[in-house]
Amino acid sequence: MSITEIKSKTLDWLDERTGWRMATDLLDHKVVPQHAGTAWYYFGGITLFLIGVQLFTGVLLLLYYRPTVAEAFDSVRFIMTRVEFGWLIRSIHSWSANLLILSAFIHMFSVAFTRSYQRPRELTWLSGIVLLGLMLGFGFSGYLLPWNMISYFATKVGTDVAGTMPVAGPTLARFLRGGEDVGAATLTRFFDFHVMILPLLTFALIGVHLLLVQKNGMHTPSGIPPSKLAHMKFFPNFFLRELMVWYGVLAVLGTLAAMFPWELGEKADPFASAPAGIRPEWYFLAQFYTLKLIPSHVWIFEGELLGLLGFGALAAVWVLLPFWGTRANGEPRTRLTAGVGIFLICYLITFTYLGYVK
Amino acid sequence: MRAPVILLFFAAGAFAAGPDSCMTCHTAMDDAATGPSALIKNDVHIAHGLSCADCHGGDRTNDDPDASMSKAKGFKGKPARSAIPKFCASCHSNPDYMRRYAPRERVDQFELYQTSVHGKRLAAGDANVATCIDCHSVHDIRAVKDSMSPVHPLHVAETCSRCHSDKQKMAAYKIPTNQFEEYRTSVHWQALSKRGDLSAPSCASCHGNHGAKPPEVESVSAVCGTCHVLFEQLYTKSVHKAVFSGEGGGGGCIVCHSNHAIHQPSTAMLTGPNAVCSGCHEAGSKPAEAATQMAGWIDGLDGALQQSEAVLTKAEKYGMEVSEAQVRLIDGREDLVKSRLNLHSMQTEDVRKPVEAGMAVAKETGKAGEDALREKDFRRLGLAVSVVLIGIAILAIRGLIRRIESNGDGGAAAAHE
Repeated sequence: MSITEIKSKTLDWLDERTGWRMATDLLDHKVVPQHAGTAWYYFGGITLFLIGVQLFTGVLLLLYYRPTVAEAFDSVRFIMTRVEFGWLIRSIHSWSANLLILSAFIHMFSVAFTRSYQRPRELTWLSGIVLLGLMLGFGFSGYLLPWNMISYFATKVGTDVAGTMPVAGPTLARFLRGGEDVGAATLTRFFDFHVMILPLLTFALIGVHLLLVQKNGMHTPSGIPPSKLAHMKFFPNFFLRELMVWYGVLAVLGTLAAMFPWELGEKADPFASAPAGIRPEWYFLAQFYTLKLIPSHVWIFEGELLGLLGFGALAAVWVLLPFWGTRANGEPRTRLTAGVGIFLICYLITFTYLGYVK
Repeated sequence: MRAPVILLFFAAGAFAAGPDSCMTCHTAMDDAATGPSALIKNDVHIAHGLSCADCHGGDRTNDDPDASMSKAKGFKGKPARSAIPKFCASCHSNPDYMRRYAPRERVDQFELYQTSVHGKRLAAGDANVATCIDCHSVHDIRAVKDSMSPVHPLHVAETCSRCHSDKQKMAAYKIPTNQFEEYRTSVHWQALSKRGDLSAPSCASCHGNHGAKPPEVESVSAVCGTCHVLFEQLYTKSVHKAVFSGEGGGGGCIVCHSNHAIHQPSTAMLTGPNAVCSGCHEAGSKPAEAATQMAGWIDGLDGALQQSEAVLTKAEKYGMEVSEAQVRLIDGREDLVKSRLNLHSMQTEDVRKPVEAGMAVAKETGKAGEDALREKDFRRLGLAVSVVLIGIAILAIRGLIRRIESNGDGGAAAAHE
């Protein structure tokens, strides 16, 4: 029996038991539309790639990280100074987390502006928005884990803000902190959220998101007549292009990690006064700065509560975009949705910048 | 006459809760703008609910000047200058009375004043010396903690200098008038005025306030030792103690450090053209050689620590994690401080030990910094190699795509949706 025959028989044997040829058939038939906006499709893949980087580097960090108040900071310092390439893994994990959220935001806005959320892709949009929320949750919980001054006090501020939410606020703040204040229980909880609860939810939702993308196919801009629309095969043509982009992102990550290693700061001291210029990660800066601008009392409302209600209303409008972005007759509300999207981008960029410089 | 009096009564209401005939009349007098009634609104006594009559006597409730300022009503009037300390002491030396307003306030000011040069001269009939009001002001007496008070730590030196820098006034006493000028060049003034360190010494910290007098030669080190405790302990054991603090010795610490113009000490005090040691020890003598040796050690350690710090700072700027070494460097700086401190025992061995310990720290931290910089270079080299490899991989994929698509296995030309 020749090698070719052995290989063929083995693959047949495997297919009979696993049905793996279904997957390859799927890949053989999957195509990607080719048009001026094809580049935006890459951002979904970039986000997925960065999630993979986070998983890989996160697992390596877990080999040395110790989630206790007494050891967290020192264990991260140990990783950065004593473990071979520990500095690289930790810096890539931190930079990748930031690029991941940036990429997820770009992906979300590209979907919004190309109106890819329209029927029948409403659930794809919703699952994507929840995934973005989970990414922000990863960022918030991961920020505390090195247990340094900035992260400690930023978490204090963050959980304080959560505590001002109406009705459930105080309970939510206590739940997040595991007590009345940020402390040992908070670190344990945030660690649990970061390495167990959020990853489980994320993997499940990524599965749903990808299934929905597969089920409904890639969205094509409505302005292009079907006769003029070309397609390329997903595998290997699009996949190889995506792979090139991933390599590019890897080079950017490596450059950031080597040229600007993520700093560790000073160990958290709950008895010290909050350091000057304390602020959260950039993706929470716009909200943080907005809350700073709102007076402590507006009429009968507390300023922070009013700010949270405003953010909640804005988020609700954005999440429900597929449902109000299209008229009953299926026509898109182009101007309105573009206007809301542009407003949101302008708000986020302006207030993030102001929050950074002020 | 009655109408203006009524108007003045309301005007005076700003100062006292009840009717106060002293305020009523003195506000209406020609010198109202500069007189006591204008000054008294900032007075700490008024803030505590006291009035003119509580010091000067009389009956403030009576509108008739003759009756209100009668001896029968206990009116004392303006005290004679020589009587002022006793006048103030009638309340300030009374613990029961003072407890009502300032329970933690001392009540021995008058007692101390009598021991001071000012108090003794006053008792001897010299009315030109300072009494309470010369320092604390009169009628607008503010609490010491009030930053506008002339005896607030930030203003004490200036207040003393009002008399002690006045050549004409001091001529009769034959004492110098350059103390304030010199003090303003000192590290103490720097700490007080530039850093805002209110615990930094000014005139009263060394000379005393109410019991002010120059420290005796033998007690100078004890005065300095109030703050510089360890320095005094070592100095007391040194060979200098007996010489400096003895008769004609010049007075302990000030022999080397001066008194009012105390500048930042440096090893230049030990060796070189401005060495204070050379004032007593000839160049080439054993003590002068020892001083030069100790200065060399201390300078060497200082330089080594600065070099290590520079390397660590450079590594930190490149984002390298060197915090452990930076914390360790603090130990080295402590050794440097210890060596400067131990210098006061004038035993070379006492200086050598912390210098050696500090040099070991400087070496260790300097190496950590150099290692970090080498690691930085290694990372950048690694980055360059990785980027080149990634570039090659991207080009290879690009070539693969071209090959696949040139074989006609690229796009699915037909519309999919």
